[in-house]
Amino acid sequence: MISKRIVLKFPHRLVDQPIVCNLAKYFDLEFNILKAYIIPKEEGLLILGLSGEEENYNKGINYLKKLGVIVQSLSQGIIRNSTRCTHCGVCITVCPTEALVLDTHTRKVHFYENKCIACELCIPACPLRAMEVHY
Amino acid sequence: MTKTITEINEKISKGDVVVVTAEEIINIVEEKGVEETAQIVDVVTTGTFGPMCSSGTYINIGHAKPRIKLGGGACHLNDVPAYCGFAAVDIYLGCTNLPEDDPRNRVYPGKFEYGGGHVIEEFVAGKDIKLTATAYGTDCYPRRKLETWINIKDVNEAVLFNPRNVYQNYNVAVNLSNKLIYTYMGALKPGLGNANYCSAGQLSPLLNDPLYKTIGIGSKIFLGGGVGYVAWQGTQHNPTAKRKDNGTTCAPAGTLAVIGDLKQMKPEWLLGTSFQGYGTTLTVGVGIPIPIINEEILRYTAVKDKDIYAPIVDYSEAYPQVKPGALGEVSYEQLKSGKIVVQDKEVPTAPLSSYTKAVEIAEILKDWIKQGRFLLTEPVASLPGPESGLTFKLLKERPIE
Ligand code: SF4
Ligand code: SF4
Repeated sequence: MISKRIVLKFPHRLVDQPIVCNLAKYFDLEFNILKAYIIPKEEGLLILGLSGEEENYNKGINYLKKLGVIVQSLSQGIIRNSTRCTHCGVCITVCPTEALVLDTHTRKVHFYENKCIACELCIPACPLRAMEVHY
Repeated sequence: MTKTITEINEKISKGDVVVVTAEEIINIVEEKGVEETAQIVDVVTTGTFGPMCSSGTYINIGHAKPRIKLGGGACHLNDVPAYCGFAAVDIYLGCTNLPEDDPRNRVYPGKFEYGGGHVIEEFVAGKDIKLTATAYGTDCYPRRKLETWINIKDVNEAVLFNPRNVYQNYNVAVNLSNKLIYTYMGALKPGLGNANYCSAGQLSPLLNDPLYKTIGIGSKIFLGGGVGYVAWQGTQHNPTAKRKDNGTTCAPAGTLAVIGDLKQMKPEWLLGTSFQGYGTTLTVGVGIPIPIINEEILRYTAVKDKDIYAPIVDYSEAYPQVKPGALGEVSYEQLKSGKIVVQDKEVPTAPLSSYTKAVEIAEILKDWIKQGRFLLTEPVASLPGPESGLTFKLLKERPIE
């Protein structure tokens, strides 16, 4: 079993096709849509949790890539700019998934990318603008 | 046991001074006791790194050819309005000022991506800043318009002058209402969803010298990565606030006005900051050395988070409507544990002021002193203490007929 969070960018020619359904149909993958921005006639953006057998998962990703979908891991999508982060801690009660946590010993704020669901609440809440969206 | 600042400075010059941070002193005093530690330790360094809205810089841009008098005119730095009600080419930029076309809270909550604080950070970082100005023109200053890039290395003076920094303690902000609110203490979730606090606690300068016995006007300090001085008590200085037996105040109390040459400061210690729904500000790094001139001062510097208390204040109603009464008091030890209890509810806490950066400032200042690069100063005058009777007043509004 493999389970990942990924960001998919669709060129506009693919926006109205049932690509994500095909992932389930042909590759037996389970998906969970975390976020979608689809503007008809323009490009679309989809953030997914995707899981299944490793072989099927890889086949599914290849299918997407062949179609021209840009696949990116979510951890490359929401990024903390470590030179701007002061470890102030403002974000820790804003993040709904505890992806941003203050270590009570070191007093540093950790960013657990695997817990991030790309809700983007931290983006305007971080006073130093250290949390960035890259997709 | 008593020491003078002159004796401590001699030790600094000889390189045999003993300096520790306000965090390190706690364990040393616990191990060795007050009497012995006071003999060994000469200086305790403190630090704080938080958003401080009463911050800004004055700049003398140099005279243009032909001359222009900005006084009485208008001027902008990177589209942020700066104050020019002084002589011809002296201007002051405050960190909360915003470009005229910023939507502010018209699109609620406003993002406040760029304001005076960000201009100051970029200016200190050596970036070119766009200056645009208009003036009315006089016989001796005929020019009416100026548009140019300016750079910190070319201007005559650039001075950070902050009328109020380094608050001695602060409120813990919560929200009792049923809607999310955006404040200068961050976003506060409804129904006591979170509690935000803003002080370095046991490392904070004025909590380590709670009765202002060594910090005074003229004290030399770490300011924004460079050297600065305490210029005066800060605005809203309130030395008569309620205190605990250890001298620390359990409400916002003393404040400092600080000044220093911006040209030798560093952008990593002066950060442009944006509070969603509230506005822009500047996160300022300040570190203050406390000379251990006697055992009493040492005892103050050994204060721990568990002995410093802050009031819990509702920012949905009590704060904006100026209604008295806090919802209780909590220690910094409790706040730093990650949760506190308010009205029988467990509430997660978040700091606004960076403790790790405060430690870093105290460490840098410690190194400067150890290396003999930073001598201590004797204050030229004291700050008003509790005996002054000074309190801080609300505005008495009087109708204008
Ligand atoms: S709010 Fe921003 S600067 Fe503060 S700890 Fe979080 S990411 Fe870092
Ligand atoms: S995007 Fe959302 S989940 Fe991810 S770190 Fe920011 S607040 Fe947390």
